[in-house]
Amino acid sequence: MALTGVEIFKLLPKTNCKKCGQPTCLAFAMKLAQRQASLDQCPDVSEDARQKLGEASAPPIRPTSLGAGAKAVKMGEEMVLFRHEKKFVNPCAIALEIKDTLAAADAAGRIEEAAASEIDRVGQRLRVDALFLSNDSGEPAKFLELAKLAAWKAPEMPVIISTQNPEAAEAALSQFAGKKAVLYGANAGNLQAMAEKAKAAKAALGIAAKNIDELCELTEKAKTLGIEDMVLDPGARSAGEILRDNTYIRRAALKKNFKPLGYPVITFANRQDTMLEALVAGLAVEKYASIVVVGSAEKWKNLALFSLRQNIYTDPQVPMQVQQNIYKIGEPGPKAPFLITTNFSLTYFIVSGEIENSKVPCRLAVMDSEGLSVLTAWAAGKFTASKIAQFITESGVEGELDQRELIIPGYVAILSGSIEDKLAGWKITVGPREANGIPAFLKARTA
Amino acid sequence: MPFTPPKESFSGKIFELSMGRGDKAVTIGGENVMPFHRFEGMSPSKPVVAFEVQDVPPEDWPDTVKEAFKDVSGDPAAWAAYCQDSLGAEAIALRLVGTHPDRGDIPAEQAAETVKKVLEAVKVPLIILGSNHAEKDTAVLVKAAEAAKGTGSVIGKAQEANYKTIAAAAMANDLKLIAMSELDINLSKQLNILITQMGFDKEKLITDPMCSALSYGLEYTYSVMERIKQAALAQNDAVLQPPMLADVGVYVWKVKETQAAEADLPEWGELAARGIAWEAVTASSFLISGADLLIMRHPDAVAAVRKYISEFSMEVR
Ligand code: B12
Ligand code: SF4
Repeated sequence: MALTGVEIFKLLPKTNCKKCGQPTCLAFAMKLAQRQASLDQCPDVSEDARQKLGEASAPPIRPTSLGAGAKAVKMGEEMVLFRHEKKFVNPCAIALEIKDTLAAADAAGRIEEAAASEIDRVGQRLRVDALFLSNDSGEPAKFLELAKLAAWKAPEMPVIISTQNPEAAEAALSQFAGKKAVLYGANAGNLQAMAEKAKAAKAALGIAAKNIDELCELTEKAKTLGIEDMVLDPGARSAGEILRDNTYIRRAALKKNFKPLGYPVITFANRQDTMLEALVAGLAVEKYASIVVVGSAEKWKNLALFSLRQNIYTDPQVPMQVQQNIYKIGEPGPKAPFLITTNFSLTYFIVSGEIENSKVPCRLAVMDSEGLSVLTAWAAGKFTASKIAQFITESGVEGELDQRELIIPGYVAILSGSIEDKLAGWKITVGPREANGIPAFLKARTA
Repeated sequence: MPFTPPKESFSGKIFELSMGRGDKAVTIGGENVMPFHRFEGMSPSKPVVAFEVQDVPPEDWPDTVKEAFKDVSGDPAAWAAYCQDSLGAEAIALRLVGTHPDRGDIPAEQAAETVKKVLEAVKVPLIILGSNHAEKDTAVLVKAAEAAKGTGSVIGKAQEANYKTIAAAAMANDLKLIAMSELDINLSKQLNILITQMGFDKEKLITDPMCSALSYGLEYTYSVMERIKQAALAQNDAVLQPPMLADVGVYVWKVKETQAAEADLPEWGELAARGIAWEAVTASSFLISGADLLIMRHPDAVAAVRKYISEFSMEVR
């Protein structure tokens, strides 16, 4: 159970030496209780206290890595149930299922599809994060073949090895030494053998339980067998079960500090109906999965899921922003068009993308509007004529230009007169309202 | 360690609101738990999906969704009947876009005629929406409300700028009312207070905290909805206890992801499925954050969302 600040305080040195960065031991204890500090920050804590506190001060959901190297995915460490309370920490990994019953060419095709799924989205590189290799055949030899194929075709991609057969597990794991795979499929019947295979391969152990009660028993047993990193499957498959079980697990871990459930969760969304699968995978992203398994990875579906994950995992306090600057797109000369927008990431990436599409080299002024979109910033008084005029003047862009024309977003056409008043010698041109009108607009000007 | 499910129960409850007439009336709300949390409390009604129909042909809709209604979209009554009879719509949302000064400026009287025709053509509940032009909506929705008197229809949207006239019209004609504010729990609360201070029954309100599309502000709507639901349940804040609306289609079918051809953006995949997924994922996300009523456009997106909803009542082990 979680300790209160006062209980923690009793175990600290009580010297108020401030080495932890807090004014007093009590203040530090309070921070620890709220999980805003880590015990390591106090150099003088006794070994005995460290033991007592270790358990209580460990993150309620164990940080765990899926995969190793550049494409590794962090899991766990979440602190809240609702995103408005505090940013969700480690975005849910999307794992594509590949069965060892597929013909080798088909399996290879799917592995390549997952490996090639990476796209740029609002400044982030997003992709199908992992492969979920299923030993549907039940045969170790077939499973080994699939594992070899995956290790060869997508060597950097994290894998989850799914089998209930310890022998097949060992075969597949042999292909991923040092790669922090997850071995999924430990159940009441095979726990000990699976735990041994996972330990030998330094893989996390995925527990496949029938329900949460059994899940708790299994994680406690696995712990006594020396397993530290686990991934939990409470057996939920329908949307209702997923919502219920994932909610119970997250609540138990966070609110009760219930250790048997303090691990990342894996959720299975795979369904025949690919559109429905997209929605259930969305539920997993929203409701607490660290890994969601999908049965197919069409590009349109990936795009929707990547976008949803990005939305759900943004910081609720700080919109994603880009730095205020005059950005060059292409190689604009001194007469190239000069446009302005706000520094909300989404706005910037949409607008700069459309300018690129136009193939007309431009300068784009991105003004700090605290990460608000054009209309929101305008309505909030952060994208006003005087602020724009001041920004343009102070930016020094005038020195680079042979012209004095500024193109503003169509939605703030209303600002054109007042900017002209405040920015002596400048002509203000109103651009299209929607960014997708920019290419035609720019081309028409240069024609 | 034995596991005790960490259930949460709340003192507050969402108002039950019924829409429509006769045996086709539907009820939303009534839950005293977060969305679909049937495992710890009451969640008596399923969310309802209304099909959007317009008074004028949907010229600004992308082909993916225009195509689905091409045989009926010239006639709002036929369009509504098609949704009810062929697509199994549980409700129709008639958006009077043609009344917007920039979209034809159809006069209020004519809009009211359209409302009557649609009410004759379908038995399922009707949601009557203006063109979102605050000023014109007051005239249009007053006439539309008279045309819908006593049908149990829903009318909206009342906003800060025009709520007085619209709420009064809803009250005089015994209609349910949608109150829309701009993505802020306090603004929602304030508008609901203003409306109820006029004597409007808070149990006949639907809160629209303002929708947004996947990748275009979804997280704002999502979190405002979660906060409203929590305040309604945990703090038992009656002003925030009306059921919530997510007006999805109108936001989704204007973003680039539902329009850009695959030839231009091969990495985005097939356009038709992408558009449908965009609407369905947006809608299903708002079900999770707290919407009790959705307004949607594409039949395949609606079908997917309905399947999704039914997965929440599948026998849970
Ligand atoms: C999400 C949102 C918010 C979020 C903020 C999100 C953000 N980071 O900006 C929050 C909840 C904080 C918010 C708050 C407010 N909001 Co707000 N919000 C929205 C919403 C739903 C989406 C905005 C968005 O993300 N758009 C997407 C981006 C990409 O759009 P964009 O920046 O405009 O860029 C497009 C075009 O302008 C164009 N473009 C951009 N740059 C350029 C440059 C050139 C040269 C050209 C040619 C084109 C171009 O290309 C882009 C794509 O087409 C809109 C409604 C809507 N659906 O649009 C309301 C909206 C912008 N908000 C509005 C208002 C009034 C407010 C508030 C004042 C009221 C309130 N709710 O409290 C506050 C002010 C904020 C503050 N701090 O005080 C109003 C503005 C009304 C008006 N016409 O002026 C809107 C339009 C809602 C409405 N219908 O009333 N909002
Ligand atoms: S470093 Fe340790 S002993 Fe010093 S004030 Fe902080 S908690 Fe107390």
